Amino acid sequence: MLDTLFITFATFALLFALGAVLSPNAINAALCFLLCLVSVAGLFVLLEAYLLAVLLVLVYAGAVVALFLFIIMLLDLKEVSAWKLRGVSALASVAGAGLLVAGVLAVATRGQLDSLPLAAMPALGADLKAYAHALFTTYLLPVQLMGFLLLIAMLGVIVLSKKFTADAAGVAAGDGSAAQANLGAAASTLEEARK
Amino acid sequence: MITISLNTLVLLSTALFAIGFLGVLLRKNTLIIYMSLEIMLVAAILALVVFSRFNGTMDGNVFVFFILTVAAAEVAVGLAIIVALFRKRVTIEVDELNALKH
Repeated sequence: MLDTLFITFATFALLFALGAVLSPNAINAALCFLLCLVSVAGLFVLLEAYLLAVLLVLVYAGAVVALFLFIIMLLDLKEVSAWKLRGVSALASVAGAGLLVAGVLAVATRGQLDSLPLAAMPALGADLKAYAHALFTTYLLPVQLMGFLLLIAMLGVIVLSKKFTADAAGVAAGDGSAAQANLGAAASTLEEARK
Repeated sequence: MITISLNTLVLLSTALFAIGFLGVLLRKNTLIIYMSLEIMLVAAILALVVFSRFNGTMDGNVFVFFILTVAAAEVAVGLAIIVALFRKRVTIEVDELNALKH
């Protein structure tokens, strides 16, 4: 039963990934990408990583795909250029992808990745407590850095999406440097708080 | 119980990665290229979860947590760059963005 589910989700993930990559319509590509993500989340559930499955659906299928669709509508992309297999670079990319798959296939079929059966291993990812413990002890510094990274990304997006017209260029540049000054102030406050 | 092996799942994630890789190199639209990049990222996430599950460790799962955060930030910044590019050049086809080519 579980094996059937595994095979179904794996097939769906591959098919919808192919659809996302090959579709000439941008909206179709984004929706195929969404279904591919949902299939991968299903695989996560079968691997007993429930929190990660939920996060994948929330962050990726929810936020990221919605953002993609939003941008597609904003730019009014109906038909985009289709894929084509021409030229040396196309040949090289197909050969590269083929070599990648062939290499992993060779390692996998020789049994060099052999491990114990799934039932013999504890499903640590199923336990929410395990994540909390890891994040607040071993990985405490990376968690803090992630928060800082998100702050910088937010500021970066605000600066990037400001309109730089000819007459407003001076004002916009002024705002940009003001934002940088704010960032510097925030960083120094953070440093003081650390001390 | 599940009889799917580690080999099968690693192959699946490799195949997903290869599909994303082909998308990045064969497509000419910046948004689709970006979507293919995300597929490659998801393939890497899948490999981390699979190895973590089959080895009975927690580190892979925690790394997926961080990768999701970085991916969210990356998508926000990347799409802002694409919109800024579209505003300046009125196209996001990589064939027409050839200012550095000549």
